[in-house]
Amino acid sequence: MPTDRKRTDDALNPDRRRLLAGAAGMAAMGGGFSIIRLALAKNDDEAVSSLTRWGLLIDTAKCSSGCNACVSACNDEHNLHGFGRPLTDPQWIRKLDLVDEHTGHESSLPMLCQHCEHPPCVDVCPTGASFRRDDGIVLVDKHTCIGCRYCVMACPYKARSFVHEALSNQKSYSPRGKGTVESCTLCVHRVDRDRTPACVEACQSDGGGAMVFGDLNDESGVLAGALRDHPSSQVRRDLDLNTGVRYRNL
Amino acid sequence: MKQTSHYRTLGTRSTTYWLTLLGMLCLVAAGYLAAHRMDVEGHWITGMNNQVVWGLPHVFAVLLILAASGALNVASMSSLFERKEYSPWARLSGLLAICLLVGGLIVLVLDLGRPDRLIVAMTYYNFKSIFAWNIFLYTGFILVVTVYLWTLFERSLAGHVRRAGLLAFVWRFVLTSGTGGIFGFLVARQFYDASMIIPVFIVLSLILGTAAFIIISMVLGQWYEDSPDTALLRKLARLMGIFITTELFLVAAFHLTNLYATEHHGVEHFMLVGGGIYTVLFWLGQVVVGGLLPLAMVFLCGRDRFPKTALAAAVLALFGGFCQLYVTIIGGQAYPLVMFPGKRVASSFHDGEVALYNPSMPEWLLGVGGMALAVVMVLLLVRVLPFLPDYRRSRTAA
Amino acid sequence: MGLDRLVPFVALILALVSPAASADLPELPRGKGDACVAPTDEMRRDHMDFLLHQRDLTVHDGIRTPRFSLVECVDCHVQRNSEGGFIPVDAPEQFCEICHTYASVKMDCFGCHATMPDSASADANTAASVVHTDDVLGVMSYRVTPVPEGGGTDAD
Repeated sequence: MPTDRKRTDDALNPDRRRLLAGAAGMAAMGGGFSIIRLALAKNDDEAVSSLTRWGLLIDTAKCSSGCNACVSACNDEHNLHGFGRPLTDPQWIRKLDLVDEHTGHESSLPMLCQHCEHPPCVDVCPTGASFRRDDGIVLVDKHTCIGCRYCVMACPYKARSFVHEALSNQKSYSPRGKGTVESCTLCVHRVDRDRTPACVEACQSDGGGAMVFGDLNDESGVLAGALRDHPSSQVRRDLDLNTGVRYRNL
Repeated sequence: MKQTSHYRTLGTRSTTYWLTLLGMLCLVAAGYLAAHRMDVEGHWITGMNNQVVWGLPHVFAVLLILAASGALNVASMSSLFERKEYSPWARLSGLLAICLLVGGLIVLVLDLGRPDRLIVAMTYYNFKSIFAWNIFLYTGFILVVTVYLWTLFERSLAGHVRRAGLLAFVWRFVLTSGTGGIFGFLVARQFYDASMIIPVFIVLSLILGTAAFIIISMVLGQWYEDSPDTALLRKLARLMGIFITTELFLVAAFHLTNLYATEHHGVEHFMLVGGGIYTVLFWLGQVVVGGLLPLAMVFLCGRDRFPKTALAAAVLALFGGFCQLYVTIIGGQAYPLVMFPGKRVASSFHDGEVALYNPSMPEWLLGVGGMALAVVMVLLLVRVLPFLPDYRRSRTAA
Repeated sequence: MGLDRLVPFVALILALVSPAASADLPELPRGKGDACVAPTDEMRRDHMDFLLHQRDLTVHDGIRTPRFSLVECVDCHVQRNSEGGFIPVDAPEQFCEICHTYASVKMDCFGCHATMPDSASADANTAASVVHTDDVLGVMSYRVTPVPEGGGTDAD
């Protein structure tokens, strides 16, 4: 944990970072995640770049119906404990149980913001509060969100929630408040400090290890490698949104 | 002819006028209090939720905005198509358009999660959003109609009436298209992903606006001698009948197009057969009571029974429009998103279920309050400026 | 934004011309450490601009420098009650609220932002000393030195 506060003193140039990321990616395959963090550590004063595109791969074969580890972790991380009102309480990540109508085949998967390359929520937002960061993370800038909920109407994944009541005891790293729309941030506060999102961490430790987090652009990284080597799919592929969250064995 | 028309302010001291005004002001106050409570408490006190994110306030807001655009019909008939029997009423038509739009916008704004951030909506723009365009279309509409009214009031500008009328005519079609586009371009939802919604909204606006004009001109007419005569009302009502026919045709085309595509069978079954309240509102409210019935009334009733028939038909058409918007806006959200075709979906977030929505009292009050605000504005402004024709002085002058 | 700057200015003028001008200036609770991230009069005058600038950098570009971070403001300036628990900075008489009440300027921060440090990591955060240079931009040239005592939990 304390290593997260460490800074590399020189801003690495992108090429060097890429190189290091590649090397670290190979090391990570062997199980050591600390090297990847050290190599990719982004300086606090460095802006995110489109050289990176963060994403997730979720293997539904490893995701079991009863397991809720990712959901609990998200709720704890962002203090999404709700008011006991299921219709209005927010959910940034939820478990879907699917049954094929024709074959009866059952599967289970977490559904969350898919961090699209072409997000409909960003297209429709009148103020530009709904936006896509250069590194692919789709966020709501709550400073300019007026609470019109057009993005909630536009999202094909039902990934967004509207905050229906005044909140208190927010986490310092996860501001959220009444009258604005919110959704999965891919734990941007963690990602900016080279940590993995809370759901992925929980899935590794308490769940089925079904989620992989990484850089879609990093060809030698774990995520891009897994996507290249195995078939995967996007939910509502027909919309051609190029989602950052991909599924296996769907 | 236009030059000899005289106009007057409403100078009535009638008790019913003041009582009507008072009643409307009470509704406005109730709407304001409801909005205030929604702002303080948050939206959980309404029926809206994470499944049905746009509720009754949006039905009222869209109803008023569409009616505003359509209320310019009389003005367009007069200034653009040079039907001079309508020209004495062009001023009221413009006034009604502005007032209805203001009423609708207030409802829309007060329903925002952060109505205090209106300034943000005015200073940060994303021009890929139809909503952002609509902010300009709505404020621009008020401006354009004001200019049009100015050309009507200011005799020295009489030569520009037609030009201003044309601008207003074009503007209102773009405005209605923009409002329809809010729903038409939503790829996520089964019921919305169709640009057909735009013409459906345009024709609906013509119905609602004509209905609103018939009602308001007859209400005002009871307080002075020069209400529109029976012949004009009959013409207007029959015009509305033509719009209703067109709308029924477009709605039929919309559903038939959907029915041809297997992927839309689910949502069509929901709307037309198994959707509970939405199915009832569609067939009974939108098609029968709000469509076929006023249609029959305006075309089958005898000339002698006309002023009352026109009023009744207009009220029914408004009701029909309300049902249509309720079915479109709320029913369209109640039907679950189809993320995994061919699979049954269940979750703690109500995936795969028809969404629950029960309109709450604050939403009713906010919506009705916006309507009442439009009426209050008309009732007061016709006392301030000469919006109403003065047939008697016109006759003596001639 | 020009308007944001205008509001406190207008409030100040109103305060000067109104009878309330004779009211005592609020006494601010002292923050932790030796000095703030900028001289006091500069902070009084410009803190809203610093925060606005930082907010866009952080939200849109992921720049998380601590100098003008609202989280760091709260960490340093939050007070504790007699039981040792934190008092929200937007509570009456507290650091933010006391001055904003005096100036009649409404804040729009704490509807969303935490008014207290996250309980687990608070002590580690406040123990960090912020050293900065006189660089006007204040973005590039400072370092945060974590103080090892108190566990050194991640501060985000």
